[in-house]
Amino acid sequence: MALRYRSRMALALITIIIGTAFTLWIPRLLGGAIDDALYFLDGATPDKGKAQAALLKAALILFGASVLRGSFTMAHNYLGESIGQHMGYELRMAYYRKLQRMSYSYHNHVHTGDLMTRGMLDIEGVRLFVNTALLRVFLLAILIGGGMYLMLSTDVVLGFISLSFVPIVAWRAIAARLKLRRGWTELQERLSILTRVMDENLAGIRVVRAFAAQDYEMRKFHKISDSALSLANNLIGIRVRNTTFMTFTFLITVTVVLWIGGLKVIDGNLTVGELAQFLAFMFILQMPVRQLGMMVNGFARAQTSGTRLFEILDLDPAIKDKPGAQPVEITEGVLRFENVSFAFMDEFGDEQVLRNISFEAKPGHTIGIVGPPGSGKSTLAHLVPRFYDVTSGRITIDGQDIRDVQLESLRHIVGVVQQDTFMFTSSIENNIAYGDPWAENETIHRATTQAQLHDWVRRLPRQYDTLVGERGVSLSGGQRQRLSIARSLLLKPKLIIFDDSTAAIDAATEQRIRAALKEITSERAVIIISHRLSSLMHANEILFLDKGTIAERGSHEELIARGGQYHDLYELQIRPGDDAIDHVNNPAADPGSDNGDA
Amino acid sequence: MATPSEYSSPQRGRQRPPHAVVGSQVERDEEMFGKAFNGHVMRRFSGYLRPYRLLLVAAVAAVLVFTGTQLAVPIAIRYAIDNGLKYNATDKSLLEIAVIVLAAVVVLNYLANFLQEIIVGRVAERVLFDLREAMYSHLQHVSLGFMDRTEVGRLMSRLQGDVAALQEFLETSVFAIGDFVLITGIAIVLVAVDWRLGLLTMSVVPVLLLIRIVWLPRARNAFMGARESSSRLNGALAEGINGVRTVQSMSREEVNASLFEEKVDANLKAQLKGTRYGQIMIPTVDTLTGIAMAIIILIGGNFVLDRTLDVGVMVLFVLYVQRFFDPIRALTMQYSVMQRAMASGQRIFEVLDVPFDVEDKPDALPLENIDGSVEFKNVTFGYNRNQPVLQDVSFRVNPGETVALVGPTGSGKSTTMSLVHRFYDVWEGQVLIGGHDVRDVTQESLGHQIAMVLQEPYLFSGTILENIRYRKEEASREDVVEAARAVGAHEFIMRLPDGYETSLEQRGGNLSLGQRQLISFARAIVADAKILVLDEATANIDSYTEMLIQQALARLLQGRTGMVIAHRLATIRGADRIIVLQDGKIIEEGNHNQLMALGGLYARLYSMNYASFDDIPDELIQSAIRQGNETST
Repeated sequence: MALRYRSRMALALITIIIGTAFTLWIPRLLGGAIDDALYFLDGATPDKGKAQAALLKAALILFGASVLRGSFTMAHNYLGESIGQHMGYELRMAYYRKLQRMSYSYHNHVHTGDLMTRGMLDIEGVRLFVNTALLRVFLLAILIGGGMYLMLSTDVVLGFISLSFVPIVAWRAIAARLKLRRGWTELQERLSILTRVMDENLAGIRVVRAFAAQDYEMRKFHKISDSALSLANNLIGIRVRNTTFMTFTFLITVTVVLWIGGLKVIDGNLTVGELAQFLAFMFILQMPVRQLGMMVNGFARAQTSGTRLFEILDLDPAIKDKPGAQPVEITEGVLRFENVSFAFMDEFGDEQVLRNISFEAKPGHTIGIVGPPGSGKSTLAHLVPRFYDVTSGRITIDGQDIRDVQLESLRHIVGVVQQDTFMFTSSIENNIAYGDPWAENETIHRATTQAQLHDWVRRLPRQYDTLVGERGVSLSGGQRQRLSIARSLLLKPKLIIFDDSTAAIDAATEQRIRAALKEITSERAVIIISHRLSSLMHANEILFLDKGTIAERGSHEELIARGGQYHDLYELQIRPGDDAIDHVNNPAADPGSDNGDA
Repeated sequence: MATPSEYSSPQRGRQRPPHAVVGSQVERDEEMFGKAFNGHVMRRFSGYLRPYRLLLVAAVAAVLVFTGTQLAVPIAIRYAIDNGLKYNATDKSLLEIAVIVLAAVVVLNYLANFLQEIIVGRVAERVLFDLREAMYSHLQHVSLGFMDRTEVGRLMSRLQGDVAALQEFLETSVFAIGDFVLITGIAIVLVAVDWRLGLLTMSVVPVLLLIRIVWLPRARNAFMGARESSSRLNGALAEGINGVRTVQSMSREEVNASLFEEKVDANLKAQLKGTRYGQIMIPTVDTLTGIAMAIIILIGGNFVLDRTLDVGVMVLFVLYVQRFFDPIRALTMQYSVMQRAMASGQRIFEVLDVPFDVEDKPDALPLENIDGSVEFKNVTFGYNRNQPVLQDVSFRVNPGETVALVGPTGSGKSTTMSLVHRFYDVWEGQVLIGGHDVRDVTQESLGHQIAMVLQEPYLFSGTILENIRYRKEEASREDVVEAARAVGAHEFIMRLPDGYETSLEQRGGNLSLGQRQLISFARAIVADAKILVLDEATANIDSYTEMLIQQALARLLQGRTGMVIAHRLATIRGADRIIVLQDGKIIEEGNHNQLMALGGLYARLYSMNYASFDDIPDELIQSAIRQGNETST
């Protein structure tokens, strides 16, 4: 991927080479200057002016070299960072786009936290790789290679001695870093458990107090806190033992170099300037060698991060357009389920949710769907906008199989008012205009009015600009659902599905919403899913779902007359009278109590 | 209607939609930096250091020894060059002495380095954990009023970020001493060795310092901007993931991607700006170092030529010059660290200074073997001065009796329940449990006599078994299963993949609301308390689950004194007695039939024919209350 930034990469490499050259040249200059001075002192050049000129020249070059070294170092650091950041940019966009397109069944089974970790830490790991690993390796290779050449060409024995600290320090740096890497991951894990324990305790403080469980909670805290602390202390031990040992190795090598080098100077085999040069080289090499651990870590991290990241980027959304799919064409607006069956098929096994469902919803018609929890009501609603694809049978809109048309066009004509809608941290206005951000204010207000939310919004201090979601005003369940209804109505879908979306709205308000929607529903097909019968009693056809099949169907009157499950549910809801109370107080005495255990 | 093509058309795509944003629009408002020194914070903080004072003294000593050896290394090298390396020197002992001294210094350096790092690292870590524990344990006892007013996220950031800032402060402070000594030591050595060259070379230090001081606030802004932008970006990503269902059903993918791209772009710019600020220091430092070295070579070299300076001194200077920067950087950074630490410290000690409203009396007795009666005697209480929520409330619940509390929002139902548990202390009057004033007994024993079921079932991470058992660790598996059976939760638990060992997701996310409710009922049964306080769920639950819950409720109340904040008619009518509250006063009391005969607020609300009092729209409740006021006047 870094290859995409070829020219920048090349530039970075060039700046590294030049910068390193200056870095290596500086000790030479210093050593040369020292020897110049000594040369004069030894009486070899009696001309003081010449010696002074040599010093001036050395000083100026040294100054220039320092400035250039700094500039080139800055340049390659910046370039490396810039390449990394641009890669991060692209990875972030690709990741975001991919996740937005993955189907419901994917999102049902992955953890949000896991996706966040990949989106934050793993992208960071891949991004950092360029600067902390790839370019650094190159830099280190040149630095060690160049330094080695310069030292060995000056004095082979002293060169080898000077470099002897490199493998030892490098090995310790890498070994320690890899050990610490495992340790840090483990520590992060423990700390995140600690975070969870604290977070849950504080959020559930009333439960804690209600059960007088403070001692119990403190024990829980101590257990995990102590384990995190002792691990942290271990890691500090590993780190300190290694870093101090590396410094020690280095300084001991310096001592040996001084000793052997000193003997050579005394014997006249080496100049003082050359000895100083050796020492200066060693100081320059020290830092990058110690960073080797970081580099190796960078490689390891980039590898795991890269794997985890591309695992997602390479996913293929299960639900997408067929090649050459056309937008859906609406002639009448008739929705038809033809022998539809559906099962969740994933690693958790296949679980048959719907079996042989057939019905037809015509414009102006309302289909009501009711049934016990887990009967497949919501899944049915999710099949229409293709949040899931049917396992067998087919769903058509005006005769077109929904799998053959453009997904986006399908979702525009199908409005699903969701059971539990997501509030974005933004203004009420933006939340309502979520599906059509270009909507005019009038359109927004009309939708809000139909959803019976307008009056409430007008009473808020900042009205439509009021912030909702995290840290904004909190909406009651009913208000959220009304907002969700407004959000869907704004798009004027050709087909409206209410997925248990009025459960938290009181009956009177629901009545008003229904009246306000009369005009809209009279020319559209409407599906109402609800567990509250009063919400769907008026439907043209009611389907009673049980364990994924249509157990009963017909109008309200027909179903009541039939005296089946629908009738029982009706009795339970409409007359919470004396029977129900007796039932509650004496569950054992009531033979019908087993109904509820389903 | 907006057709699909309109969304992807270029004119529209280029223009930013007027009603669309991604990610949080809330600015972070907590102040990040405070004064660099705050006496109060320092005094309180030093209290947490006291247990480690000997270790800290040892650490400072090690730091000083370490700094000393750092200063000594170049001196030893210089000595070797000037005295041991005379050309053709026959006596090699001077070199050997220098090398031995250097070796000794290196060993000392190693030991001191090890000690300073390990002590400082571990003590700082310990202090971090100590502070966190102190705060956490304090929060277990502060008043619920404080907890209600404070966002959990904010407390969490104190328990994590703020304690870490103090840890960093402790760590860097100790090393800052060493840095300060080092830079002073270098200055002294340089001037002592050759004052002319020393002063000239040192002249770059104030320049460097000045540049750092000008640079620091700007760079800090740039760094913070980078951090901020990346946290915004992550917020937007989280929103995209959490809201993905809504995004897809509204076909917002394209719009969101372009809005997200704006954030990614802003982040890129902010990050690179931060990098520029960070990197600009490199050529700056190199230039100044270059100047210093040029001075050493030019001026120092001339001194050498005049034979007024030894060559070894030049080498000494060169070695020292390379060390100027690190301590100066650390010392200037220390200022930011202190500012951050003081602000964090203030927030931490603010939490630690929140007083306990409710504390055990010194002679508090454990509450044991009581009959389970609850009595309020002329109780007056409120959360804010002069705003009583309950006024002169008196009632008695006999052992084994179930009483329903009914009344409009804000009438004082929840407050009454909180007082039973002594979450707060009454202003006037008395709350008696089993005949004992709740203020005379220990809070822990009180908690064991009263079980509470909250409106919103709250579950912890862990298995179902652990959740039902909760505090009562001595409860056996059989006890837990029995409790689950009693409330009708056993069947669905057994259907879960791992039965009672099934791990719950965050807040029990893998269970339905009704199931969570049943688990919280089972938890109350295991707690095996004489008195049960229950706030009935208002959330709309489907009829099937509702029926289960009603049955469970009946089982839960069997053989216990029950106080229920009731919303559903079924529950209310099932109670032995109903207490109707309005504006903090008891206005009606009796069983269903008596209250219906009375024809007051209860009768009016009941006759509205809603299955739950919560379903009654506010307007209707208000009018029912007004009606009552009119007839009474």
